[in-house]
Amino acid sequence: MSSSDLGNFISRVTDQYSRDPLQLINVLREVQDRYSHVPSEAMPQVAAALGVSLGRVQGVVEYYSFFHTSPRGQYEILLSDSITDHMLGKQPLMDYLCERLGVSVGETRADGRVSVGNASCTGMCDQGPAGLVNGYTVTRLNKERVDEMVELIDAGKPLSEWPAAYFQVEDNIRREDALLGTALEDGAALRAVLDRGEEAVLGEIVRSGLRGLGGAGFKTGIKWSLCRETHSTERYVVCNADEGEPGTFKDRVLLNRDADRVFEGMTLCARVIGAQRGYLYLRSEYRYMLEALETVLQRRRAAELLGENILGVPGFSFDIEIHLGAGAYMCGEESALIESLEGKRGVARVRPPFPVTHGFVNKPTVVNNVETFVCAALIAERGGDWFAAMGTEQSKGTKLLSVSGDCARPGIYEYPFGVTMRQVLADCGADNALAVQVAGAAGHCFPESEFDRRIAYEDVATGGSFMVFNRDRDMLDMARNFAHFFAYESCGFCTPCRVGTSLMKNLMDKVYAGHGTEADLEEMRNLGSVMQETSQCGLGSTAPNAILDTLDKFSDVYQRRLKSTAFEPAFDLDGALEEARQLTGREDSAAHL
Amino acid sequence: MSEQSSVRLDGQGTAAEAVSDEVARSEEASILLDGQKVPFSEGQTIMDAAMAAGTYIPHLCHNPEFKPHGSCRVCTVTVNGRTAAACTMPAQNDQVVETSTEALQTERRRLLQMLFVEGNHVCPACEASGNCQLQAVAYYVGMLSPHYNHFYPQRPVDASHPDFFIDFNRCILCELCVRASRDMDGKDLFAISGRGINSRLVVNSPSGRLGDTDFHTGDKAAHVCPVGAILFKHQGYDKPIGERLYDRQPISEVGDARAAEQGDQSNE
Amino acid sequence: MSEKAKVATASLAGCFGCHMSLLDIDERLLDLIQVVEFDRMPLTDIKRVGRCDVGIIEGGVANAENVEVLRDFREHCKVLVAMGACAINGGIPAMRNQFELADCLTEAYVDGVGVDNPMIPNDPEIPLLLNKVHPIHEVVNVDYFLPGCPPAADAIWTFLNELLTGQPIALPYTQIHYD
Ligand SMILES: Cc1cc2nc3c(=O)[nH]c(=O)nc-3n(C[C@H](O)[C@H](O)[C@H](O)COP(=O)(O)O)c2cc1C
Ligand code: SF4
Ligand code: SF4
Ligand code: SF4
Ligand code: FES
Repeated sequence: MSSSDLGNFISRVTDQYSRDPLQLINVLREVQDRYSHVPSEAMPQVAAALGVSLGRVQGVVEYYSFFHTSPRGQYEILLSDSITDHMLGKQPLMDYLCERLGVSVGETRADGRVSVGNASCTGMCDQGPAGLVNGYTVTRLNKERVDEMVELIDAGKPLSEWPAAYFQVEDNIRREDALLGTALEDGAALRAVLDRGEEAVLGEIVRSGLRGLGGAGFKTGIKWSLCRETHSTERYVVCNADEGEPGTFKDRVLLNRDADRVFEGMTLCARVIGAQRGYLYLRSEYRYMLEALETVLQRRRAAELLGENILGVPGFSFDIEIHLGAGAYMCGEESALIESLEGKRGVARVRPPFPVTHGFVNKPTVVNNVETFVCAALIAERGGDWFAAMGTEQSKGTKLLSVSGDCARPGIYEYPFGVTMRQVLADCGADNALAVQVAGAAGHCFPESEFDRRIAYEDVATGGSFMVFNRDRDMLDMARNFAHFFAYESCGFCTPCRVGTSLMKNLMDKVYAGHGTEADLEEMRNLGSVMQETSQCGLGSTAPNAILDTLDKFSDVYQRRLKSTAFEPAFDLDGALEEARQLTGREDSAAHL
Repeated sequence: MSEQSSVRLDGQGTAAEAVSDEVARSEEASILLDGQKVPFSEGQTIMDAAMAAGTYIPHLCHNPEFKPHGSCRVCTVTVNGRTAAACTMPAQNDQVVETSTEALQTERRRLLQMLFVEGNHVCPACEASGNCQLQAVAYYVGMLSPHYNHFYPQRPVDASHPDFFIDFNRCILCELCVRASRDMDGKDLFAISGRGINSRLVVNSPSGRLGDTDFHTGDKAAHVCPVGAILFKHQGYDKPIGERLYDRQPISEVGDARAAEQGDQSNE
Repeated sequence: MSEKAKVATASLAGCFGCHMSLLDIDERLLDLIQVVEFDRMPLTDIKRVGRCDVGIIEGGVANAENVEVLRDFREHCKVLVAMGACAINGGIPAMRNQFELADCLTEAYVDGVGVDNPMIPNDPEIPLLLNKVHPIHEVVNVDYFLPGCPPAADAIWTFLNELLTGQPIALPYTQIHYD
């Protein structure tokens, strides 16, 4: 890479993005793609071209997992570290891959050909072990496939010449209900709002009782009304397709199968709140869908369903841009997502004010989950009562569950709210279940005694992740996997989560290694409580959930690893002498502890 | 009272409006802070109201001259029974706020302990000792040891600037210098990089060194660090032990180090 | 008190400053020995700690011997006290944690100024260094912490008084400091 080459490239790319500082992440992605990292010389040039500070560029590069400051291999292979991928044999496969390639995790081979690493859950839990090769999803990995991949890599075959089967992603829809089973003609929701007026359709949304399906369950009608009522000449619609919660993959299926309805819901929202512009924030792990989604947008523009004067109505103008993430679970949190859309580090904002009044570029913004927009589109056409007739008192309609783990038929299951966990387990063929972890790493863990509880906001709330663990599993593996996940994904803004997640991870490792004591468990409970009570956002406050739940409900998995002593050192004493032993060549008895 | 409010009019609205506003507020708007009625005005946070009333709520990343930030979480209080950061939580009429409970002091103590083990705080070798807000808040919440296991991160000291050095070992990521340099000095000399436990303060120059910036004694950012991370080179240990700001009285009585420093300067 | 309380003290990776401060309680030492009998302590020449009521540790844990002594104290003392900044967070000696152990040793014994027989000492009599210096609570369970560098004589006095008479430990504000 010559410096003039780099300079030319950066000026071309920044020009392409109109030197708009909001596009910083997109610019950096192009640099990363081309040079397999963001060279330090590139940062001042990008900063100058976009008119932002160097510190801001550096801060962004070092924040997102998929940006690197040192070169990666020509092929970068990341394996999903989700507990569900582990249950499908990720670790032995990783070991095998590394052995075959002659490289270790986190490193680039000396010849620069290949590097291997881990990625947080890639959203392929029903078809793992999965991973990413140069950012593109590969599924159902096994030894044979690894052998083939190693050959392709050694032969230097470009990804475009790899067998398509590697990249095949299945929808695996196992149960359809109102959402998946109801057809919606393109433009039907938009015609409904044009016929009946925004007020009336908003009324239907309110009447439907629809609550956000991304997990938090905020009433969609209220959100849209608040945004609509906030005085502004500019408003935005954002669809949250970050889907980073381990074990969730239903938004991926909706976008693959139903992108039209997602965009229809966004356009409907735009009409109701008065927005001209929308963004689909697509997690980088779903990059393989980008082209297909762009095609759908193109088709909708051609069909007058998007763009200027939609359906021929003067002044009804709205368009959607797809914005790729860059590897950060945190960016699923709506205010961090907006920061990321603005080309910044994905750090949660102080709330209030909320995005409905101060969102993207500080303008009123509705952020909704993919599934929520599909529901809204259906409600616009079918009416609020149709929707409200399904589900429970406080949870209307249906819910898509992403079922994975130990069951015969992992995939997408749609049920009216109120379904029991036991029913879901029976349907997915989990006949030996020890526990279900609902709502992902941030969610809660339920042993068999609680399987009759219901999926609904009034009982067990979830954005859709439903992971099954059978009786052969060790629940500590799950809790520890999540502890690592949160320590890795904490944005680092606030004290309890930045430090607490790492302390928790270290304690989990200590217990796992058989060096824990009752005092360490007590420490975990205390840490968990501080994190829950004082964290700035949902990441930190939910991070200890799985640990606290398993301590409570599966205490034996901790107890059987504990030392009987009251106290164990924080570190391996004898191991801490190893360096000195090497330096002095000593092996006498005093050289050990 | 009404005279005062008419003095404060700066051409907005009529005096009568202001007066009636004021009356309405004093009648309605107050929170109950540890059982005491504390008035507030529109737009104030719980921290603002408490500060105005002279009630101390521990804080590190908050400095009333800056927009609330909400990152240290040391100001956590309960509002109608639920925890919230006092510095970012808008005051609302009739909120029941508690700050001095044993449970909150315990939580704060744990947060302080996290900050201590996260960096490398060797108080006996630190020029800020005795005038350091981290230390003072730790005293206030009764912290006798850092309790947790230390991370002992390897962090540099930047002594490249003729007048200042930055000891990153002591940075608590409050972003006050970031905010001051960006929002008040218009220089944008600092930023946060990394993520999670690897978050760190960086200097905004191609070399990453403070000496290669136009950082200056006159900058606001040179006077906001609540701890011993950004220090003036030509002074230090200028007050004997026993006479330093927090030696005799707790921070709840003598206030923030940097505010006290400004008070000193304006007296001179 | 019918029987005197047995107290032992040790300095690990510290500078004896805390012990000096302990002696600084001056004539109150005479009051102290009315109620206290000293076991192992730098003044007594007792080599190994016996059964004690209170063990007081100055200094952090920097080498294998520190670990042995500390464990011995923990085993023999009903109550273990971390006295001073180094015992509590590693203190000044922990500033070496910023460097790799190899670099520290090379600098001291190989590359350093005035080294005439450059080699890293490997005599079995010399305790091996841990790769990092740690506070004592990371190695054994600690019951009380008495901060300060050193803790003021008054603080030590208040602390011992309250501890030995079974009162809750409550040091006045001016007696708590980390430096
Ligand atoms: C750490 C964190 C991660 C989140 N990730 C997602 C996500 O991936 N997708 C999502 O829709 N909502 C996610 N949320 C919830 C969003 O903040 C927000 O509530 C949601 O997008 C609103 O849409 P809804 O009302 O339609 O559910 C996350 C929240 C937190 C705290
Ligand atoms: S809770 Fe965690 S993710 Fe959320 S703001 Fe704090 S550090 Fe960031
Ligand atoms: S910054 Fe404060 S707490 Fe940290 S070493 Fe200096 S005096 Fe101690
Ligand atoms: S250097 Fe000081 S002011 Fe700046 S972030 Fe660190 S602690 Fe805060
Ligand atoms: S003072 Fe409120 S969070 Fe720091």
